[in-house]
Amino acid sequence: MRSDNHVQHASQALADRVLERTGVEADRCYQCGKCSAGCPLAAEMDFPPSQIMHLLQLREFPEFSEMALRSHTIWLCLTCEICYARCPMEIDIPRIMDALRHEALARNKVNPKAKDILAFHRAFLDSVRTTGRLFEMGQIIDYKLRSRHFLQDMLQAPWMFLVGKLHLLPERVRGRRLLGRIFARTLKAKEKRP
Amino acid sequence: MKTGFYPGCSMKGSAREYSESLLAVSQALGRELPEIPDWNCCGATAAHNLDRDLALALPARILAAAEKDGMYEVLVPCAACYSRLSVTRHELLGDEDLRRKISGLIEADYRGTARVLNIVEWLGGIPDLESKVRKPFAHKVACYYGCLLVRPAGIVNFDRPEEPRSMDLLMKKIGADPLDWAFKTECCGAGFSVSRTDLVARLSGLILDDAVQRGAEAVIVACPMCHLNLDMRRPNIEKLAGKKYNIPVIYITQALGLAMGIEPKKLGLQRHKVKVKFTQGLAKPPAASITPASAKPTAGAKSASGDSPAEAPFAGPSAKRGA
Repeated sequence: MRSDNHVQHASQALADRVLERTGVEADRCYQCGKCSAGCPLAAEMDFPPSQIMHLLQLREFPEFSEMALRSHTIWLCLTCEICYARCPMEIDIPRIMDALRHEALARNKVNPKAKDILAFHRAFLDSVRTTGRLFEMGQIIDYKLRSRHFLQDMLQAPWMFLVGKLHLLPERVRGRRLLGRIFARTLKAKEKRP
Repeated sequence: MKTGFYPGCSMKGSAREYSESLLAVSQALGRELPEIPDWNCCGATAAHNLDRDLALALPARILAAAEKDGMYEVLVPCAACYSRLSVTRHELLGDEDLRRKISGLIEADYRGTARVLNIVEWLGGIPDLESKVRKPFAHKVACYYGCLLVRPAGIVNFDRPEEPRSMDLLMKKIGADPLDWAFKTECCGAGFSVSRTDLVARLSGLILDDAVQRGAEAVIVACPMCHLNLDMRRPNIEKLAGKKYNIPVIYITQALGLAMGIEPKKLGLQRHKVKVKFTQGLAKPPAASITPASAKPTAGAKSASGDSPAEAPFAGPSAKRGA
């Protein structure tokens, strides 16, 4: 299950790559645990936020970095920013979570439990890439195809349509060719699609 | 000097009543809100979760379009879009290399001249709002700010990151009675509405439960995601909690509209899952329709912090460090 790819791949420790990309130092954490106490989803996580900081700090054990990268935690993080607001060391933990997600995605190390969350994000961005704005109906169909949850919320869509909240046609942005180029230069250029 | 309007995707679809009520209110106030020309999606949670450059480029294109159109400030009523636009402006103004890189990506020079305003700031900037009130919104309300209106504090520079007061002050202006409660800035589950509905039902259920326990007659929101989770996800919340919650969830602009005497239909109140039963702005609230505040007496909860919102050391929207 565990691969040592990233050790050969990058001589730099994960914590240092995160620091380089975000300017945020996980090393400043002294494990007070306020982030984990405030995190609305800490109970669902395999490692609460403070433990992710600890895993990053222990550079001499690459397997710990690997655990952080493959954790469910980084995908459960809602970016509600409570941890950052309460951290006595003012560590921008949400930003570290973002960087860890990008790294996990680039190295194909996304936790399998996060597949629905990732499917939703991808369906969202697919919709934005093609029309420039989110087309909710299209996104939901795309999500259902990706996640195979065909029966979920079957009654929600007709209700939304009845009260006028669901459009059957997307709004298209004139500059969508430019948006296509932006996607090609960013997400599509970096992401190794499974 | 014009103020632009960034509706964002939700306000054109699942949250259209937010947009309808805002435009009805702005029209009644005589304030024009032209949309940013050819605006695109801000990328929301999905973009910053998957790619940093994309998450900066999408909002940068929006803001660059606003600047090009001569807008010196942009009203972003959706709290999630507000956060993405504010974060982008903050990061690009603080890093010249990054600003150049993102300008290259969006094929336009982003300069950062347009300020980003949230709905509470915009409404707070309207002088003498009290004089516009025709039917005081005389209800006990729980003002729900959610996460992104007030955090990260260093970037949005708006109100307190926890226990904020700005929305409560606005509600007081229109005759409402904002309650002290514990879930003002707790997360509703945001973007997990579809992918992890179970978690949203739990987190949103906690919020509603506290509001009801304290005797609130309505939850006031300023974010389409919060509304979606607290209103449209009500069946999921009730199933998990094993009880019914009749408390309606109302956009801040709808409450203001009602107080200004605007027709409920123009404010889109008929589009809610949980019906708003006091749409005529009655002075006497229909107390029977809400779960009684059995355990906690409202008066006790109210005086818990001692000070009234008016005396609170809240800096106010005008104190926001601009530019």
